[in-house]
Parts: sequence; C-alpha cells; structure tokens
Amino acid sequence: MSELSPFLEAAVRTATPLLLAAIGETVSQRAGVLNLGLEGCIIAGAYAAYVASGAPVAGYAAAVGGGLLLGLTFVLFVVFLRRDQVIVGAALTMLGLGLTGTLFRAQGQTGALVATAEPALHVPVLSSIPVVGQALFAQPASTYLAVLLVPVVWWWLYRTHHGLALRAVGESPDAAHAAGIRVRRVQVVAALFSAALGGLAGGALVLAQAGAFAEDMSAGRGFLAIAIVALGRWRPLGVALAAAVFGSAMALQFVVQALGWGVRYELVLMIPYVLTLLALVLFGRGSAPAMLGRAPENASS
Amino acid sequence: MSPRARNAFLVVAAVAVAALSFWALAPEAAVAFWNGSIGSRNALLSGTLVRAIPLAIIGTGLAIAFRAGVFNIGGEGQLMLGAVAATLVALRGDAGALTAPLALLAATAAGALWAGIAGVLRARFGVLEVISTIMLNFVAMNLVSYLVRGPMQEPSRIYPQSAAIADVAQLPRLAPDVRLHIGLVIVLGVCAGAWWFTSHTAAGFRQRATGSAPIAARIAGGIDVSRVALGAMLMSGALAGLAGGIEVTGVTFALYEHISPGYGFSAIAVAVLARLNPIAVLPSALLFATLETGALGMQRDAGVPSTFAAVLEAAAILAIVATHGWFRDAAPRPRAAESA
Amino acid sequence: MTAAGAEGRFALELGGIGKQFGEVVALRHAGLAVRAGTVHALLGENGAGKSTLMQIAFGTLRPDAGLVRVAGAPARAAGPFPGVGMVHQHLSLVPAMTALENFALGGHGLFDREATRRRMQALSDASGLRMDPGDIVRDMSIARQQRLEILKALGRDASVLILDEPTAVLAPAEARDLLAWVRDFAGAGHSVVLVTHKLREALAVADDITVLRRGEVTWAGRAADTTEARLADAIFPGGSSPRASRPAQPAGTIVVRAENASVSRRDGSAAIAGASFAIHAAEIVGIAAVEGSGQHELLLALAGRLPAGPGSLELPGRIAFVPADRKHDATIPSFSLVENVALRGAGRRAGGMPWRGLATHTAALIEEYSITAAGPDAAAGTLSGGNQQRLVIARELADTPALVVADNPTRGLDLNATSFVLERLAQAAARGAAVVLYSNDIDELLTLAHRVLVVHAGRVSEVALDRDAIGRAMLGAA
Repeated sequence: MSELSPFLEAAVRTATPLLLAAIGETVSQRAGVLNLGLEGCIIAGAYAAYVASGAPVAGYAAAVGGGLLLGLTFVLFVVFLRRDQVIVGAALTMLGLGLTGTLFRAQGQTGALVATAEPALHVPVLSSIPVVGQALFAQPASTYLAVLLVPVVWWWLYRTHHGLALRAVGESPDAAHAAGIRVRRVQVVAALFSAALGGLAGGALVLAQAGAFAEDMSAGRGFLAIAIVALGRWRPLGVALAAAVFGSAMALQFVVQALGWGVRYELVLMIPYVLTLLALVLFGRGSAPAMLGRAPENASS
Repeated sequence: MSPRARNAFLVVAAVAVAALSFWALAPEAAVAFWNGSIGSRNALLSGTLVRAIPLAIIGTGLAIAFRAGVFNIGGEGQLMLGAVAATLVALRGDAGALTAPLALLAATAAGALWAGIAGVLRARFGVLEVISTIMLNFVAMNLVSYLVRGPMQEPSRIYPQSAAIADVAQLPRLAPDVRLHIGLVIVLGVCAGAWWFTSHTAAGFRQRATGSAPIAARIAGGIDVSRVALGAMLMSGALAGLAGGIEVTGVTFALYEHISPGYGFSAIAVAVLARLNPIAVLPSALLFATLETGALGMQRDAGVPSTFAAVLEAAAILAIVATHGWFRDAAPRPRAAESA
Repeated sequence: MTAAGAEGRFALELGGIGKQFGEVVALRHAGLAVRAGTVHALLGENGAGKSTLMQIAFGTLRPDAGLVRVAGAPARAAGPFPGVGMVHQHLSLVPAMTALENFALGGHGLFDREATRRRMQALSDASGLRMDPGDIVRDMSIARQQRLEILKALGRDASVLILDEPTAVLAPAEARDLLAWVRDFAGAGHSVVLVTHKLREALAVADDITVLRRGEVTWAGRAADTTEARLADAIFPGGSSPRASRPAQPAGTIVVRAENASVSRRDGSAAIAGASFAIHAAEIVGIAAVEGSGQHELLLALAGRLPAGPGSLELPGRIAFVPADRKHDATIPSFSLVENVALRGAGRRAGGMPWRGLATHTAALIEEYSITAAGPDAAAGTLSGGNQQRLVIARELADTPALVVADNPTRGLDLNATSFVLERLAQAAARGAAVVLYSNDIDELLTLAHRVLVVHAGRVSEVALDRDAIGRAMLGAA
C-alpha cells in the first residue's frame, strides 16, 4: 500500500502534459481541425523550454512559442492553402522531431539537467491528507493549470457565443458561415490554441517531469492525446477523465519497476496503447464533430 | 509541356538547385554527403540502393492506401511484424531453397494482418485509422523489444537481438562484394504491378473512386467503399510487411530493435513526392535514400547531425503539398483514343 | 390581400444591379422596390438570377453596379445587412445542434441559455411560429426546420424577410399554411419578398410582382393589374416549350415487385416499412412525398444501393440510377468524363478496365446527348449543372436498362434542361424500361406518370392521379 501514494503522484504528474495537449486538441477538433502535428508541437515546446534559461515562466513562454511556430505553419497550409490535414500534420511532426534532434545534437548536449525545473507547490493542510494529499495538492503549477483549464474550456465552449460558433464550424461550416461566423478565423484560432497548449505540454515534460531534454522524448504523447480526445468524446470532462486513466497507465511502468513484478517492462509499456485501441472500439464511436479532418468546401471568410 | 512533365521538371530543377547551393554554401558537408550517398560504388550499391528498397516498397503501398483515402501511418509497425514473421520462418533452414520465399510470404501476411486490425477497426467501429495505426506502431515496437530480449533472444542471452537466420534463408546478392540483394528485382516487380493495378484494373479504379469521392463511389458506382478501403489497407500493410521481411532476409539477417530507421515515416514522404504514382515511387525512393545515407555520411565526416534528413524530408512533403493538386495532377489518367 | 403599404414607403429597394461571374452575366440593370407592409413576389424560372439578386439584397454578395437601400437608407455593411432577414433555399442549420443553439448562432458575448430561450419563446408567440427550443434539428421535419430558419431571421430584427423558394420542399397543405402565415405577417406591417418560380403562388399571395428573365426585369407591377398569361409571357416569352408528354399506357411484364418490403437507413433507423407494390415495363411511376418521408431510401433500395429487408424486393438486372445530388452523389468532379462514365457498374466489374472502349463510348455519348464539354478528358466538375445531369442521364440510359430510378432529376435545372431530362425518361419508358421518378413538383409528376405512389412516414400507398388526393396523402390525411 505504501506504493500507492507515489504511484498516484506519478500518475498525476504523468497525466499533466497529456491533459494539456488533449484539452488543446479538443478545442481544435471541435472546430473540425485534426492537428496531427501535435507531437511536433510537444517536442518543439520541450526543446524550447530546455533552451530557455531563467525562471520557469520563461521556459513555459518559450515552450508555447515553440508550439506556435509549428502551429502557424500548420495553419498556413491547412486553413489558408486548404491542403490535407493529415499529411501536413505528419510532415510537421517529422519536422519538429528532426529539427529538435538536429539542434540538440549540434549543441553537443548529452542531456544535462535543466537548472530551472519547476518546484512543486504545496497547498497547506490539504497536501497533508494521507495517500492522496501529495498526489493532488503538492504538484507543480502546470498541473493546477491543466486541471483549471478543464472547467474554463467547458464554460467557454458551452456558455459563450464564441464557443458556440466554434462548435458550429466543426459540425456544419456552411451553417456557421450563413450565420455570419468567420469560419477561417475560428479554425485558425482553434488550431493555434492546440499548438500552443501542445508546446506548453512539452514544456511541462521538461520542466515539471523529466527535468532534462532527450531526443524524441515526446514518445508518442501527441498521438496519445489525440486518442484521449476521441475517448473523452470531445468533451472537456470526458477528456480529463481519459487523460487521468492514461497518466495512470503510463505511470504504471515505474510501479512495475519498483515492485519488481515479473511482468516484462516492454509489455507494460504497451498497455496505454492497447488500452487506447480497446477503449476506442468500445467507447469511441460517434459524437465526433461532423467535419473533423475535412476541409470545408466554401469557407470563404 | 503537359502538367505531368512540368511537375517532374520542377522537382528535378528544385533538387538540382538545392544540391548546387548546398555545395556552394558548405562544401565540406556537401562532399561528405556525396561520399556517403552516391559518390562511391560502395556507398551506392551497399548503402543507398539497399536503403531505397524498403522505402520503395512501403512507399508503393502507401501510394495505394492514400489514393483510396486510407491514411495508413502504421508502416513502421507493419514492417516490424513482417520482420518478426520472416525471422521466425528463416531461423530454421528446413525448407531449403524455399525458406527465403516462405519467409517473405509470412512477412507479407503478417504485415497485412497488422494493418488489418486497423482496417477492421475502421470498417466495423469507425475508428480513425490515423489513430489506430499509430497506436499499433507503438505496440509493435514494444513487442519487438520484448521478443528480442525474451523468447526470441539469441542463445548467449547477451545482445537484444535474435539468433542469425539460416544461411539458406538469406536473399542472394546481386554482386559478391556489395550488400545489394535481389530485393531490387522484387521492388521493380512490385512497382510495375501496383501501377498496372491502379490504372488498369476495376479494383484499382474502385480504390481511386473511393479515395476521391466516397459518396459518389457508393451511390453512383454501387461500390462497397468499406470493403474497398479495407482492401487498400491490407494491401499497403502487406507491402510494408514484405519490406520488413526483405530487410531481415536481405540485409540484417537477424531481428533487433531498430531494424527500421523510420522507413514507415520516410515512406510517407516518398509517396507524397511521387504524387501517389507507383512508377514515380522508384526515383522518389532513390532520392530519399540518398538523402538519408548522405545525412549519415555528413554526420560521420562533417559532424552534421543525421536527424537533419528528417527535416529535409518534412520540407519536401510541405513543398510538394503546397503546389496545388499534388495528388490529382499526377494520377495516371487513361487518355482518350484521340487527343482532346 | 394584405393592406397596402403605408404612404409608399419602401422597405427595400434595389436599382440598376449588375453582377457578373467571370464570363457569365448573372444580372443586368435588375432591381425591385418592396413597399412597406406588402408581400412582393420575385418570379422567374430556375437560373434567371433570382437567388443572386436576393443575395445582393441580403448583403452576402456585392453587386458590380447599382445600389441597395434598406428602409430608405443605403446599405453599406460588410456582410448581412441589418434589418434584412433571409431564409435560403437550402436550409443552413446545424443538424447536430438544438433549435435553441441554432437560433442563437451568430450572437456575441456570453451565451445565456435562459435569456435566449425566453427571447425565442417571445418571438415564437409573437409570430405564431411554434418551436420547441430543445428539439434537435436533424430530428425535425423540413417544414419545422424552415420555421426555425424564419424565427432565426426574425430574431435579427428583420423588417424585411426574404424567402427563397420556400414551398419547394413542402407538401401542398404545408405550403398553404406557410403562405397564409406570410399574408398575416405582412398584414402586421412587415415586408416580405417571396422568391418563387410558381406563377399561381405569386398571384395568390403577393401585392406586387417583379419578373426576372435571364438576369433582366421583364415585368414589374401590382399583382391585381395582371393575369397569369401575361406573367407567363414575361417569364418565358414565345410560350413555354412543351414538357415531355406521357407515353401510351403499357401493359408490360412486372419488372419490380415489392412484398412487405422494409428499408433501413445506414444508421439503422427504419425509413420504409411494409411496402407492397409492383412496377411494370414501359410504365412511369411517380413518387410524391414530403422531404424526409423515406422516399430517398426507397429510391436507393430500388436502385440496389440499400438492402431491402425484411420482406422482399425483386429487382431486374440492369438498373439505371439518377441520384438526387448530382455534384456529390452522381459524379466525381475531379475525375474526367470518361472516368465518370466508367463509374456505372464499377462496383460489380471484375478484371481490367477497358479504357479504350470507354473513351469511345464517352465520345459517342457526348455527341448523342449534346453535352457541352471541352472533351472526354475534361474534369466533370467543369461542366455546368445541366450538362452534368446530361452526362449522368447519358451514362445511365445508354445500355437500355430494365429499370430507371430517378431521384428529383430536374431539381435546380432551367426549363430546357428540365424538358430534356423528362423527355429522355419518357423515351426510356417508350423503349420498354420501367421508370420510377421522384419529384417535389407534383405537376411534373401529373404530366408524365401513369401511376403515383405516395410515401408518408415510411408507408407507401397508391393514390389516384389527382392533385388534391396526392397532396392529402403526402401529409398522411385520408
């Protein structure tokens, strides 16, 4: 039982970048834009955070910037030139991974620790609760941000006209256009939001989790985030739950090592991905925004 | 000049310009690139061409899949499953001269099966194949890691790789002192077959219709788009598996973790540059193989990180995609009896 | 008739409007003046430029020349003009969202559901258009969706309401209700522009009429001052070309037999249940139905694109199918004409594609059906709507099918194209094919069909060739 608390803590910490990326991607996909470059945004943000020196704030700002760089490229090709979302996204992921790998190697880095890692913020009293106290109330600021984003995004999507407009764009751009909504502008904002949060997630990976940068350290989290969005049925609360489940699955690998279970490490690593497939089969059908992945035919604004 | 000739000319011109400016700006790196890729007999026949083989095969499969509107991003995983199957067959030399063909057959089937999982998930449950194929990639990678450290590990239990395959299972080489093997011939056959399939068979036409306009294909053409998409997925998975089998029987002669330096992803660039035309996949694969071996050469001799190749590949995809109608322009369209 | 406009104030004026799309001149010196508190009908056949003119009036299209005045002041806003509401021919609602969300679409700031619901309720009460805010649009009938669209337009404080071909998708009784509402609405002081190609409708409801032909105004004035004949002349001078006429009554063999057949949609819901009927060779059967009654699924089943079961549906071997949406369902715009012709039977073809033969065949079809195109290798998307329909008809009728299924084949086509299509269908019947034709123009059906089947709420029943009987059956009344 003494393993439970560190496991929960690891689960929450691991889930944070997943949740950040997934929330951003949720907004993007509700607008009909599948940002497959999310993985690229994450690694770009991670590298940017690693390179930026100074307080974590600077690191996170750089991380968002890194994500946005890729996001702007994505928006140019997908929204303005109206090219295929999947191909452009895949290319941007390759670009992000290749570029960060190249720059990292060129600097001759071997993964030295970052001096400006994010400290954990202990909430007084609450963090002393046994078992869950450390896990829930002694996390870095990025975790609290991620959790806070969930109700904020929910409120924005369902209680503001901008959110309503975005949802309409993802379902029926023709109707949205007829209602005077600037379809292109909505898609640009949505895609950039997911790119920025992807970058932020990468920053959290470096500053709050690993404390260092390594090539390809994003390890498919961008794709996992996309799966999380589908599992959460494109709703903020569902996405948060799914992210929690996946954080736990990924944190499992540490527990297995610590407990010395007889299960092969590699098989445990498979769990999150197999889980995704199973869950998509059982729960993932329907409720995707009607226009997801397809370029609207007449979005002229 | 017809649009197709014009596009080919533009690509060649762009490559020439890029190469020349590279040489002008960084002569040392350029020389290292040259030597590493096509500057010597060894580099060309034992490096670049060998690398071009899996790129071309997977690229052809992707050309088929993308044309049918199926986004198979799982080439990497399908290749690995193919490699596993081929290794299992090739470890024993029982079948004599038939071992290698059997191994390749098993590899093809394994690749198709792995892709089939994603295909069925899409057909039956509406799961986006973009997500499922990527998930399957990760499962495959971890599966191989597990196998080469566990059940399939070589007898001395030191290295994370399988035992060497039987000598009789190795693909014959095209010349005694090079690594270039008979897989080259297989590639030519695959590309020609794929070209003929997409432009001259009813099944190929159905795939193209499904990829261009699935609703019209279903309603006007009475085409079962679900089945057609599944078929395209299986075909591309089979080819990726075949590539994995060829790598094991022709190049590595054993199974280990990083048997594929990202062929599954580079093949996307190959297919896109070829504008989904199976014949154009050949020069496209050669180009990207050159890029990758050249990058390795640059890392070795001039200290430029080889990951730069991925950057160039991504840039190539974006450049091609930016030109309007990257797919439609190059679709091999049968010409009318008299010119319009 | 409604009360005359107060002291000649104009709610909406368009003058000297010119609009060109590339080479095509859509409007030339067109215009109209809507007196406040009246119903103004804009008449003309399909393709005359009515929708274009109204988009300019609404503000979503900028004219090349001329000006627009709303309530006396020049309209200058970018995007929809304030005070003008428009309900388009093709409803622009978000199917997955509720009536409330659709109503609220396009607003600004916070989305206060309660306040919006109250506003919608008030508007609903004031205008007499019943609406339940919680209903999901895709579950609503077309008539209700249309009411929602009108509510939306009213919600923008429209003093002028433009309705573009609103009765095209309604059953006769629903159309009557709508037009009655329009009269009451104008009587309350609002102004309405009714865009229609139906002469009688215009005369029945409007105070003023403007006739558009080929982008120009050929007649404008009070409805009371004119006759049907004068208007018909203004719409198509020189008399209308005769529509296709019904071929002689056949006594052919049974080509299609349905026994208690059911058809389900792709999502599993039932569209047709317990249908029993027979169709004979050389016979033209018209299908009449309100949108959403299940007739699309019935036609898809007749064409062999949807399975029919339980129950049985016997179909012949060679079936020709002209789908409803020619751009999305019938052709692949990026494919060449040859490839589009090759689509016929592509689902069942085995072996190789005989491109040489197909190319020759396509060239022959282009010749025989007078299709205007750059050549057999031109992309189908470059053809005009009428020519695309010719291509589809050519491809489908070329190999003397035993059954021809046509789903609203004349929708959106001008008179010439419409005559062409109906003629070809009649010819096919004369050559022995069984023809099933769905049209939401009942008069078209009455001119051509030997028998009429009405589909209502999934049930198929045979009805006499009588306009009123058909209209009642479409709504499920006895």
